[in-house]
This record gives sequence, structure tokens and C-alpha cells, in this order.
Amino acid sequence: MAEITYLEAIREALFEEMARDENVFMLGEDIGAFGGAFKVTEGLLAKYGEARVIDSPISEIAIVGAAAGAGHMGMRPVVEMQFIDFLANAYDMLTNYVATARYRAFLPCPMVVRGPSGGYVRGGPFHSQNPEAGFIHTPGLKVVYPATAEDAKGLMKAAIRDDDCVLFFEHKYLYRRIKGVMPAGDHVVPIGKARTARGGEDLSIITYAATVHKAVEAAEQLQREDGLSVEVIDLRTLAPLDDQAIFDTVKKTNRVLIVHEDTRTGGIAGEITARINESCFAYLDAPVLRVTAHDIPLPYAPPLEDFVLPQVPDIVLAARRLAAW
Amino acid sequence: MKGKSSKAAAVGSAAAQLTRAQKLELYYWMRMTRTLEERLVALYRQTKVVGGLFRSLGQEADAVGACYALERRDIMSPLIRNMGAMLVKGATPVEILKQYMAKGDSPTRGRELNIHFGDTERGFIGQISPLGDMVPVMAGVTMTFKMRGQDRVGLVFVGDGATSTGAFHEGINFAAVQKLPLVVVVENNGYAYSTPTHKQTAAAQFVDKAIGYGVYGEQADGNDVLAVYDVTKRAVDRARAGGGVSLIELMTYRRKGHAEHDSQSYVPEGEIERWAAENDPFDRCAAMLRDREGVSPDEIAAIDARVHQEIDAATDIAEASPPPEALDALIGVYGEPAAEKPLWFREGGAALTEHERAQGWGTYDTGHV
Repeated sequence: MAEITYLEAIREALFEEMARDENVFMLGEDIGAFGGAFKVTEGLLAKYGEARVIDSPISEIAIVGAAAGAGHMGMRPVVEMQFIDFLANAYDMLTNYVATARYRAFLPCPMVVRGPSGGYVRGGPFHSQNPEAGFIHTPGLKVVYPATAEDAKGLMKAAIRDDDCVLFFEHKYLYRRIKGVMPAGDHVVPIGKARTARGGEDLSIITYAATVHKAVEAAEQLQREDGLSVEVIDLRTLAPLDDQAIFDTVKKTNRVLIVHEDTRTGGIAGEITARINESCFAYLDAPVLRVTAHDIPLPYAPPLEDFVLPQVPDIVLAARRLAAW
Repeated sequence: MKGKSSKAAAVGSAAAQLTRAQKLELYYWMRMTRTLEERLVALYRQTKVVGGLFRSLGQEADAVGACYALERRDIMSPLIRNMGAMLVKGATPVEILKQYMAKGDSPTRGRELNIHFGDTERGFIGQISPLGDMVPVMAGVTMTFKMRGQDRVGLVFVGDGATSTGAFHEGINFAAVQKLPLVVVVENNGYAYSTPTHKQTAAAQFVDKAIGYGVYGEQADGNDVLAVYDVTKRAVDRARAGGGVSLIELMTYRRKGHAEHDSQSYVPEGEIERWAAENDPFDRCAAMLRDREGVSPDEIAAIDARVHQEIDAATDIAEASPPPEALDALIGVYGEPAAEKPLWFREGGAALTEHERAQGWGTYDTGHV
């Protein structure tokens, strides 16, 4: 099997799921004839037609709300946010309507809201965001954020088959930079399970999405230069969190660094730290440290963006501090 | 008229086809709406209603007349003053009473308030409190009808206030572009909470908004149940025939406050009394039956008695129902997992201690290394 990119892996999942289940359809801005701003949905219109690949007006509230209504009736809509930053436009519909529907009204919303996320791409304040924390905070939503091409495909298939709303964050920095060979057959990666991206004994880095690759790079440097054995846990799913995988790595290495590209205050690193405190405080040999973005709207110019976002040297520095504790 | 708003003719052909029995049925649902709300007021004053109470006094014809234009297979989403529409769609008085009293076997098992509940089998989907949100949702419901080639129509109620929301705008525009079989009923009752219509929009009338969306627009006297039925039936038939979205403005008046706690201090003196005396939809329906259908006072009295009897029986059942079990709160946030775990402080702390490290502080010896 040939290698395909992270982006192609997502597209492959969409093609396969549309073929598998006629209730699956696509809804979003410029996704049909144009194939989407990043071409993720390219080719779907030609194969499945306008009835199942629907170009919408610029109306995030409407397309998320319509997906919920269609979901109530047994459809499995996949909605594209042209940039995941625009989830904010649909915040009410997602948090007040979709997230509560099953609980308050026994109405399922089997839908996926997907879109390009994240920085390191000089996208500026509205094409680089990582707004996952606000949605992780909302009971009723599931949130996944893959780091590899294999997971991008397998998690997309799981998300489409899930009976609840899954927010599917696609890291645009990884779209064409990361490749993988897809496992044969019906490749589904379960939601809610973390992955060990790199095994290690001395300290653990818990992370997800683009910073998984930065953490692995840092771990290799630490091995080379310091002889440190660093474990890297790729969360893959942010809601529900894989507590077991987090606690297992804490108990194994006793030192934890959490890395994310999202801003610091209210970011998921705080939540993971709290869970470690509550459940395995006595296993810690050092305080849990964080490397995150600064609490700054993401700026455009390369020197500014590079300063604000976590980089490999930041991770190396934090890991050395942790190891020396 | 497409792309044009227009006032409906007095009573058109659709209402003219209603039989005497059907008109009596309209009266029955309006009677049920008003009397059930009066029963809820009594329960509210006895503190048996857990939350707020919302009345549709003076607006019963809108809810009942509009929903009566739907078929069983159609789906409707009501607003807080459309209890009558839910009754027409098959919601029962006992369900509504249990909802208001937060009973464990209420339709939402105590999770949601008042008439915020639904049943897709019977053809109604419960609203949520953020106004306008049901327009996009019903666009999705009707989009499914269209995709599946089903002969079904959707109807969504909004108030004058909801037309100012982004969700209303995005939803009706999306439905219009997709040419979905959706009827959007704007119930103009003069107030959104305390805000009068002229502070809600600079448009002369809400039906004018139809022009901007490129949909059919019609306005009708919302206190004339036959006019409401007529204008809605036309829109429903048009939607079923593939004619797309209609926006209907029903002119009515909210005689009670936003909810029972609302003193209506913002309403000009005499306004409520004038509407009650001169333009009550219930009185007008009764007069129509008497003058045009020759319905006798005895027939009316029999319907009224039947309604009272049904509500008495429903009240007994609802009051006897138990409240929900507390642990039920943890069930069904997701399909999978089926239930959330209680937090440790609700479990006596067991979950916390099992993670304690036996060897104590400051050692690497965990068995893993």
C-alpha cells in the first residue's frame, strides 16, 4: 500500500463512509464544486452528487443546526467548518442545542463537525486557532484531534459511526506534511483511546495533534544529548479523556510534561494536571509542568507566531527541568 | 406570493372545506389549551409547579389553527406559547402536567422544564430556550424529508423577538436556498418579554422579511382560528408540492406576561383589557360556531365538561407520580458511555484512596521500572 497524506486519509474515510452508509452526507461552505478550501472533500460531489454533497451559504449556525435536525431523523451529517475558528459562530447551536439534545430530549445528534485547525502556518488570528478547550468543557460533545494519517482516517470513520456529535479537529500543518500507510480493510480507531507515540522510562510528555511530532522530536534530542528515555502519549481523543492511559504513564515515569498548542489558561493541560493530582499525586516525583501557547491571539508574522507557539527547544528545556527535579 | 408579502383574504378556500366536526375539534383544542393552563396556574399557586409558568392566553388560535393544518406525518416545533399545537400533535395533558411538576416519569424524566419536550413519532420536536435555534434544526428535519423523497412538511413557530436572532436569519435563508418544505410561523404578539415590537425591528411588519429571503409571505389575523388554519394550510400545501418555504405572520396579542412572575408593568394601561374584551380568540371561535355552524350552548357545554373531566383525571395521575431518582441525573449524556460515574465525594471517597501509592513518597519503585 502506498503512503498517503493526513489530508488524503481523511478524504479516504469520507469516501468509504459515504459508500458504506447512504445516510452519510456532507454539508459546508465551498465543499462541493470547489472541493473545500483545503480540498478535503474534493471528488465527493462528482461521485455522490448534489443531494449528498451540499454547498451551503456562509451560515455556521444553520449548517450545524440543520445537521442536528437531520441527525434526529436518522441521517449522519458531516459538516465542514471552513476553518475550525468558525466553530465560535456556531457555539450556541453546539453547546446549547446539540450537546444537550440526547440528555434533555432523547434526540440523538449523530453528526461530525470537522475542519482545519491549528497554527504554525502563518494563518493569523482567525485561521490558526485551537478552540478545543471550550468544547471539551461542554458535556455531550466528543472531541478528537489526530496526529497521524492512520488515526485521521480511523478516527474519522469512528466519528461518523458514533451516535453523538463528534468535533473532529484536523491539523492543517499536518495536512500535507504527514504521511502514513493505511491498514488494510475497514480501519476504525476507537474514540476515547490514547496512543503511545514513543515508549520511555524517565519522563512522560502528554500531548496531541501537531505537538505530538514536536514532542517526539524533542524526545529524540533528549535521548541523544542527555540519555533520557522520554515517553510520548498522543491523546488522540480529548473528550472523553483516556484517564487510564494518563495514569499509567504517570505511574510508569513519575514525571509529567503536558504540551499543547492551545493557549495556557483554561487549556486542557490544567484539566489533565488536576486529574493526575486527584488520582495519582503520590506517584509524582516532580510537579506536573506545562508547555503551551502564550495567552495571546495568534499573530501572523513568523517571529511573532514562532514566539507565541510551543517549539521543540521549549519542550527540551521543560523536560530537562523536570528530569533534574 | 413569492417574494412579496401580502395580507390573506378573509377566509379562503382551505378553511371553507373544514367540516362542522372539524371546527368543533378546533374549539376542543382551544378549550383544552386554555383550561389546562388555568389548571397549571392553580398548581403553580400551590407551589406544585417547580419552575416558571408560561401562558398563551389570547394566542390559542395561532397554535391550534396552524398545527391543525399539518398531517400526522409532518413535524412541528413549537415555541413556549404553542402548547395548543403540541396538544393537536398528540402531547397529552398528563405529560404536560408532569413536565411542569418535574416528575420522574415526565417526558424528559425531570431534565427539562415546562413544554420543552417532543416526540418525533408523534411529530413534534421540543424547543430550547435560545430563541430562533429551532429554525435551523427544522431546516435539517425538512432537508431529510427532501433527501429521502418523503411527502412530509415541517412547521416551526417563532415569536416576534426570535426574528432578531442570527439563528432565525441563517435558518430561514438556508431553508429558502435549499427550497425545503418548511413553514415558518412568526407569531407577533406585541412583546418579547418586555420589549415591544417597534424596538425589535424597523420593518413595518414581519411578513415583509419574506421579500428579502425570497420566500412566500402571508399575514393573517391570529385571533381568528379559521384564518390561521387557512393561511397555514396554503403554506403547508405549497411546501408539500415542492414550492419551498413560507413565512407567515400571525397578528395576535400576549395578554399575560412573559411568565407568571411578570407584572407587565411595561404595558400601557387598558391595552390588555381591550384585547380581552374585544378580540379574544376563544370567544370568537365560540361565536363562529354559534353563528355560522348553529352549534348549541349544550354542545359547547358538553365539550367544556369533557375537557374539565380529562384535565381532572390527568392532574390526579400527574400529582401521584414520583420525582426522579437522583442517580438518574447521570444517565444518557452520550449514547456511549451510557452513564457517567458519580464524582468521588458522592461515593464516600473510595475512588480516591485506591490510587494511593503504597510505598509512600519519593521513590521510583512502582513495579513498572
